Amino acid sequence: MTLTAKWRQWLPYLGIAVVVAYCLAPFYWMLVSSLRRTGDIFSTSLFPSPVSFENYRSVFSPAQGFTRALLNSLIVAGITTAMSLLLATFTAYAMARLEFRFKRLILTLIIATSMFPVVSIVVPLLKLFTDIGWINTYQSMIVPSMSFTLPLAVWNLTTFFRQMPDELEHAAMVDGCTRGQAFRKVIVPLAAPGIFTTAIITFIAAWNEFLIALSMTNKPDMQTATVAISKFSGATTYQTPFGSQMAAGVVVTIPLVVMVLLFQRRIVAGLTAGAAK
Amino acid sequence: MKTNTSRTIQCSAALAAAGLLLTACGSSGGSGSGGSAQAAATSFKGRGPITYVAGKDTTGTVQTIIDRWNKAHPKEKVTFIQLPTDADSQRQQMIQNAETKSDAYTVLATDVVWTSEFAAHQWIEPLPANQFPLGKMLQPVVETGKYRGRLYAVPASSNGGLLFYRTDLLKKAGISRPPTTWAQMTADCTKVKKLPEAKSMSCYAGQFQKYEGLTVNFAEAVNSAGGRITDANGKPDVDTPQAKKGLDFLVDSFKDGTIPKEAITYQEEDGRQAFQAGKLVFLNNWPYVYSLAQKSAVKGKFAVAPLPGLNGPGASSLGGSNLALSSFAKNKATALDFMKFFTGEESATYFLKNASLAPPYADLYDNASLDKQYPYLPDLKQSITKAVPRPRVVQYGDVTAAIQNEVYAALTGKKSSAQALKDLQGDLQKLTAQ
Amino acid sequence: MADTAIPPDTAPHELGTAARRRPGRPPAPERPRRRPRSRATAGTGRLAALLVSPTLLVLTIVVLYPTLMALDESLYGPKGLDPKTGFISNTEPFVGLKNYTDIFTQAGDRFWNAFWNTTFFTVVTVSLETVIGVAMALIMHRAFRGRAVVRASILVPWAIPTAISGLLWKWIFNADGIANVLLGHQVLWTADGFSAKIAVVIADVWKTAPFIGLLVLAGLQVIPKEVYEAARLDGASALQQFWRITLPLVKPALLVAVLFRCLDALRMFDLPYILIGAQKGSVETLSMLAQNEASNVRFGPASAYAVLLFLYVFLIALAFVRLLGADLIGGAAGTKKRRSHAVRMPRRRVREVTA
Repeated sequence: MTLTAKWRQWLPYLGIAVVVAYCLAPFYWMLVSSLRRTGDIFSTSLFPSPVSFENYRSVFSPAQGFTRALLNSLIVAGITTAMSLLLATFTAYAMARLEFRFKRLILTLIIATSMFPVVSIVVPLLKLFTDIGWINTYQSMIVPSMSFTLPLAVWNLTTFFRQMPDELEHAAMVDGCTRGQAFRKVIVPLAAPGIFTTAIITFIAAWNEFLIALSMTNKPDMQTATVAISKFSGATTYQTPFGSQMAAGVVVTIPLVVMVLLFQRRIVAGLTAGAAK
Repeated sequence: MKTNTSRTIQCSAALAAAGLLLTACGSSGGSGSGGSAQAAATSFKGRGPITYVAGKDTTGTVQTIIDRWNKAHPKEKVTFIQLPTDADSQRQQMIQNAETKSDAYTVLATDVVWTSEFAAHQWIEPLPANQFPLGKMLQPVVETGKYRGRLYAVPASSNGGLLFYRTDLLKKAGISRPPTTWAQMTADCTKVKKLPEAKSMSCYAGQFQKYEGLTVNFAEAVNSAGGRITDANGKPDVDTPQAKKGLDFLVDSFKDGTIPKEAITYQEEDGRQAFQAGKLVFLNNWPYVYSLAQKSAVKGKFAVAPLPGLNGPGASSLGGSNLALSSFAKNKATALDFMKFFTGEESATYFLKNASLAPPYADLYDNASLDKQYPYLPDLKQSITKAVPRPRVVQYGDVTAAIQNEVYAALTGKKSSAQALKDLQGDLQKLTAQ
Repeated sequence: MADTAIPPDTAPHELGTAARRRPGRPPAPERPRRRPRSRATAGTGRLAALLVSPTLLVLTIVVLYPTLMALDESLYGPKGLDPKTGFISNTEPFVGLKNYTDIFTQAGDRFWNAFWNTTFFTVVTVSLETVIGVAMALIMHRAFRGRAVVRASILVPWAIPTAISGLLWKWIFNADGIANVLLGHQVLWTADGFSAKIAVVIADVWKTAPFIGLLVLAGLQVIPKEVYEAARLDGASALQQFWRITLPLVKPALLVAVLFRCLDALRMFDLPYILIGAQKGSVETLSMLAQNEASNVRFGPASAYAVLLFLYVFLIALAFVRLLGADLIGGAAGTKKRRSHAVRMPRRRVREVTA
């Protein structure tokens, strides 16, 4: 009995170890590969020896413009996320809390728009943006990115808002809050985990976008991180710059992880605040 | 008539053609290029800032050359637009630029196999051949810039396949010279593999993954056996006994283990990896391997030779890149001057010295001091001089896909080589008939 | 009254303008009768229109417009080559539905192969991802210490751009790569064949299982603990708790995650393209076919493929919305019973707290 109890206690931790190992093992390989010297990249040893930062130096060498590219990615993904969340919150609130005609149709339409293969909308969009002079602007990347982040955000938020008990909202409104206030002060804090998760997912989707960012810009100081990575090259044509690609992969992943760790507290705080209300 | 057609003849012939076929020229792009058939000086108007569009260059040499130009031409500055490193993305971006008739791109660095497609779509302008020193360049390289006999792209750099081989092992096995035929190569391998240290080695590898490299290797095998993929007029001619001998060399080598079976997944870098790890006696690859392998475990233990063939030295496929002028660009007069500057012998020397780019100019290969820096240059010259360009067809994307499909099927044993060539001939006829 | 938990979709009615801000009205206890849907007031409709229109506007600009252009494009054939001049004509011939009929006749084998590949990848990867993702979420939900670190680490696969993770897996699955070293046996993963399919599935599942895991975890976090306490008091086993409480309650979040994964998987492109390569029969998907046509400057046929793919994806999405609409958007009855049963407890508690 005690043995099973002990197992019970440890089982979640074992599970966690398995999950973390599963997720991080390939990433570890990425990290290891990024720390090898160019001459050692074919090695399959589990530790880089000697450890070399040459790939990181080449990623951040001024010629690559990678720092600027990271900043661009941050701007594009950040604004895309903020705008998607804002618009999606309105829409999702309507979907979850209001009764109106064509609701199902609208939800279907919203999701349908996220289905067209990006490959096929790039050329028409490029023509459109060339005509209105949007080439080499942030909005030319932000607006198309919203085509896939917005449906995702609307659908996610709708389900999370629907999970919130209406009574809280009623109570708040009875206490004199307007509908907007009730929503802001009651629903949003309570749905924080959902909103936060949606934000992460939206941000990552926008952060990883490549084809649109590549097509809409042709100035080096407007390119995003994924575009910059695609331009990494070896010293000669056929040499694969695998080491620096992996180093760049590590570099673009770390900010996201840090962001999640930072915001982690916010969610927990949001939860307790909501419960205390 | 073939190479340096005089401007007037070219122009009037084209005008006649334009008169007969109004649709072809009358509405060409509407971009002010006004009938791109009127090549030569008349259409190269406008001076001012332009752009140079190419894959990313980490060596910094391209920027250096551009800086030199900009210093001398402060009012006609060139901006370097860098594209992704892989050729498919570069082509896609250039096509998108042409489809939107954008003037963002001026001078394009094009792959040697894109010329026909870009020219036929009139995405690039015909160039005045007599204004470039084509006579000093290696002939097969110049051919890659032509479409239907007219120059559309000027060679900026070239490339050819080389046979890398292990000098130490050949010497130990009592072989003094690298092989010039496939039979010699396999015989040499048999001798080498009797050495205790070479027991687990494989004989030969090239690029056999299903991608452009397979087309390159197949074309080399066919050309080295005296066959061809397309004839001088671009008509497919691959269902021949010679071509079959070429393909059979690859198929049989896979069957008997001369080529290791994992080579079916090899691209350039995989082959280099295997060679550097001492798994291969012979490797067919581009010259870039040379300096990298000098830093690896096989340092000082290898040398290069021209590719072997069926009855004597073989024929390489051509790599390299050309410069073309976008039809939708502004300031074409500046562009033309910049192209002359960029492809000039002085720039080519600089690129060879600082970025190891094989030059299109014949005499640079015979320069003693350069040969010292790049010991493979004499062999490379021989390789390029004998090289055969890959099929020059408008639908190159479809043609290379068809080649890859059939050859891959033959190499993996899904089809006999005879059947594969027969099917390939059929596919190519369909594709070039359009 | 306690046994009629509030079906969420009925809420809006009471929120109608009339019921607003009536001071002194006792909070929540009495349950208004359910009213028919059609009673949605004009005010609600206007508000809804106001809230929904910005989203629709943005989507119209970025998607509807290009999509209509693609639809139009799909009726045109590739430009012809004039054998005399050697130039491609400037105009595309109007061919009506020929691009579509060609797909089913001339290019039939390749199309159906791509169709089945696409379907295979979707079914296999999404199923695996759902199982692994839910397991991840449950494990993370149980662990209270170190949850932040765990959450950050499961995000890693999802956060790596597909292009990079494609390269990473290509390296791992290299003939002499780490996968074969660990297996102690040389599998030629990137050669055209079944192993290539497996390689794609492994890489895709690794990358996107965390997506489902995260969304389900968020769903789990909004389930009040009281539900489980009540169930435990009733003597429900862990497994029963999972099937009876957890799963029904996270179902909406899970379904949305699965729906979006399906849509994404059906359009799968970068991963097989980078990891295995173009024109490999064993992994060629519909998106890759469309891209292949476009890259050979046949925009008409490329658009036709895109439209067909769109229809396929749309049908799947429609089926989702129809079959599972109750969970996704609410409205129709159906799964309500079970849910109301599960939710009963916390609702009451929450009410007490607020009251």
